[in-house]
Amino acid sequence: MTDAGVTTKKDWTSDQEVRWCPGCGDYSILTAMQLLMPELGTRREDTVFVSGIGCAARFPYYMNTYGLHAIHGRSPAIATGLAMARRDLDVWVVGGDGDMLSIGGNHLIHALRRNVDLTILLFNNQIYGLTKGQYSPTSEVGKVTKSTPMGSLDTPFNPISVALGAEASFVARTHDMDRAHMQEIFRRAHDHRGAAIVEVYQNCNVFNDGAFAALTKKDARAEMLIPLEHGKPVRFGPDGERGVILDDGVARIVSVAEVGVDALHVHDETAADLSVAFALSRLADDRESPTPIGVYCAVDRLEYGGGIDAQIAAAQADRGPGDLEELLHSLPTWEVT
Amino acid sequence: MIHTEELLPEVREVERIIVRFAGDSGDGMQLTGDRFTSASALFGNDLATLPEFPAEIRAPAGTLAGVSAFQVHISDHDITTPGDAPNVLVTMNPAAMMAELPRLESGGTIIVNTDAFNERNLAKAGYEANPLEDGSLDGYSVITAPMTDLTKQVCKDLGVKPRDAERSKNFFALGLVSWLFSRPTDPSLHWIREKFAGRDAVIAANEAAFKAGHAFGETAELSASRLAVRPARFEPGTYTNINGNTALSWGLVAASQKAGIPIFLGSYPITPASDILHELAKHKNFGVRTLQAEDEIAAIGAALGASYGGHLGVTTTSGPGLALKGETLGLAVSLELPLVVIDIQRGGPSTGLPTKTEAADLLMAHYGRHGEAPLPIVSANSPSDCFRAAYEAVRIAVRYRTPVILLSDGYLANGTEPWRLPSVEDLPDISVDFASVANALNEDGEEVFWPYIRNDDLARPWAVPGTEGLMHRIGGIEKEDGTGNISYDPENHGRMVAIRDERIKKVADSYPPTVVEGDAEADVVIVGWGSTWGAITSAMGRMRRAGRKVARVHLTNLCPLPNDLGGILRQYDHVIVPEMNLGQLSKILRAEYLVDAKSICKVEGQPFTAAELHHKFQETTQ
Ligand SMILES: Cc1ncc(C[n+]2csc(CCOP(=O)(O)OP(=O)(O)O)c2C)c(N)n1
Ligand code: SF4
Ligand SMILES: [Mg+2]
Repeated sequence: MTDAGVTTKKDWTSDQEVRWCPGCGDYSILTAMQLLMPELGTRREDTVFVSGIGCAARFPYYMNTYGLHAIHGRSPAIATGLAMARRDLDVWVVGGDGDMLSIGGNHLIHALRRNVDLTILLFNNQIYGLTKGQYSPTSEVGKVTKSTPMGSLDTPFNPISVALGAEASFVARTHDMDRAHMQEIFRRAHDHRGAAIVEVYQNCNVFNDGAFAALTKKDARAEMLIPLEHGKPVRFGPDGERGVILDDGVARIVSVAEVGVDALHVHDETAADLSVAFALSRLADDRESPTPIGVYCAVDRLEYGGGIDAQIAAAQADRGPGDLEELLHSLPTWEVT
Repeated sequence: MIHTEELLPEVREVERIIVRFAGDSGDGMQLTGDRFTSASALFGNDLATLPEFPAEIRAPAGTLAGVSAFQVHISDHDITTPGDAPNVLVTMNPAAMMAELPRLESGGTIIVNTDAFNERNLAKAGYEANPLEDGSLDGYSVITAPMTDLTKQVCKDLGVKPRDAERSKNFFALGLVSWLFSRPTDPSLHWIREKFAGRDAVIAANEAAFKAGHAFGETAELSASRLAVRPARFEPGTYTNINGNTALSWGLVAASQKAGIPIFLGSYPITPASDILHELAKHKNFGVRTLQAEDEIAAIGAALGASYGGHLGVTTTSGPGLALKGETLGLAVSLELPLVVIDIQRGGPSTGLPTKTEAADLLMAHYGRHGEAPLPIVSANSPSDCFRAAYEAVRIAVRYRTPVILLSDGYLANGTEPWRLPSVEDLPDISVDFASVANALNEDGEEVFWPYIRNDDLARPWAVPGTEGLMHRIGGIEKEDGTGNISYDPENHGRMVAIRDERIKKVADSYPPTVVEGDAEADVVIVGWGSTWGAITSAMGRMRRAGRKVARVHLTNLCPLPNDLGGILRQYDHVIVPEMNLGQLSKILRAEYLVDAKSICKVEGQPFTAAELHHKFQETTQ
């Protein structure tokens, strides 16, 4: 790999006209990414964005990198093949909540469990944007949409809980209203070896406006977002007056004054046992309660593509590089003269 | 009838013989058949095999559902099928007798393990009386041996427990059959020692059982039944006995080596395709990457992702899996990337007959996608021909940047035949040229890369990530001709549909002229594809020996069809198309060439026999 050289946002911006609705949260995510890229020290030609279908999945067209806009739900699988074949590349995967958790749910959980070196961004707007506003697998119960005129009945997924249940080695959450936080989390996800997934709360101002406003509005954040910081007690509120304790394995929000700082849970993102991270993920069970953001877990575990490459190297060390002539003669043979 | 010549005082020579081994799934009949085949191959016979096993791994022991059979046809001359009615039937239990006896030629030989013919087993097989005693086998020549007991006896002295000893009884059968057909014993003994290396008790038991079976023939004075089949006259060369899935896997490896790009196989296990995944997983030293994906959709997706990255993306499956891959195939057609999709057909629809053969996915391969999504289709004629077919599929995929479907089937996958090894140097060249430089000028006169500029084959550049200056974005949305940018323009779409179609049609320009075999003055042409090749060859031989003039064409490129095919077909009064489906190729031929193609169909999970086809040919051409 040659030197990445100095680049700017412009270098990472493609010549394609951006076609999201004005005011869509996707714009701020794109900007955050285009501004972050020059800082990551990677080359544009070694960067690939792979996506499925949906508004979110248009993302690759706007990055001046290699881009593959594939089919609905299959991007984790397609990216798995690319990342396994080409470990020299930086492979990003972008998709919406329908793309990744409905039609592509199976591919997502397997990509995570397999721990292929992918950076997966799940833009969660709790709605199907591109198909004009049906409820999604992350929509709250009772959601009234065109396909659920009397309200949706099914329990939504909590994407962080799903990812942890799928044995993901890196799981984080951020939101489209805080560029610095997004960039920090994207950078961490990018640097992680193995499959990293970031849930990005994203506003669809056309079909589900304000879904996360109670959490992400500037004046609400201190009250409603619980920053997860490695090695620190989990604490939030304008003056850090609230915190999180683990009560018999269940995460509970408490008043720091009542329990004392020492009782607070100290966040350990490297804990191999994901049950505490899972407990934290359960705090966000609706859009009105305080919600942890940041890195839930960042665990070092065998990266799948590297494992395969090591097996190839071992096979070659053991048997030498493949020899076709030898292969053809590997079953019993006989000569006819 | 076996044609015999009395040569040796005790061993009758025959030109060919068909042996069918049948027993319970747990009796090891596939292994016995396979060993007998190997010994015959090494001895120099021509041969063809047909393994048939139940879908259940262990169907209830002793039942008809649990019968597993292996047929092998050995010959001193060129043969193309595993044969019709067996001359010899080895039955390890009553269920095997019940299920398989109807196939045996009248007056054929039956070899029986009498120990298994107890009341319980007879009842399970549905016999009211013991066929060994009630005269129902009169007219056959029956060789009985208490195989289980004799095996236990010889193992007793070795200190092998009776239960373990019992498991070696198939080697007794193998020993006996090897003696009867004058097979060399060394290959089998050698194989036992290699296969069970480190498990001395097992080696000892299997060897003892094999030798006991061999000796049984001598001592039981079965010499009158002894037969020999001389080695066949083959073209000079080095031979190996190979099944279709192995040949196919090696064809992929060979093509990947020649092309200089590593294989990436995405696959989800399914009978009868799984063995390709197993085989390729062994060859990591060739740089082969295999991914056992979460489903068939992920399998083709990962393969396509690898192709996008410049590897040789391959995915293997059977009919149900090909159905799942349909949407991604559409994407691959739109992306115009190389991809090899292998369908080892089996009885369908749905789970159908998963361990039986059929060739009813042709129309799905042709048309089973959304939109106008043409792609090349290649098929294999015989087990060893799977090597050529795989190589051809890669050649087309790489040169024309297109997904290619390769159709094989369960019969080719598991059947074996001797194969003269090709010379590695003589394998046709497959060159890969990745794009490395800009190929267009934009409005401002700057050099840019446009992913949908085409070469003379109408193939677009294969520009892989990592290449400086060629960054581009592609996807399944319609692309503007040339630039590859998203385009919803109606005329552009019409043009792109036409170009994609034209590009696939151009593949036919790279075929050699179609071979027409048979009689020049024939008025009948038999058009076949896939594994019917052997049966057609045999049946056609019979017709011609009977004085009927016939010609045949066996297609290996099913889409696009050869440019010269229409002209050829129109020369004949009768066009006959035997197929293991309800007439899928004949439908295509009728549509393409307006010829009155007549179908001969069989959809019973089993290949055509030569006799069957011969009969149908006569009927159809009267
Ligand atoms: C196989 C298939 N089924 C359905 C669709 C239609 N479709 C396109 S995007 C989409 C859902 C989009 O929702 P989401 O993934 O949340 O993305 P968003 O638009 O909200 O960003 C659907 C159902 C499709 N393109 N392909
Ligand atoms: S529909 Fe919603 S998600 Fe899609 S572009 Fe418009 S605002 Fe954004
Ligand atoms: Mg959505």
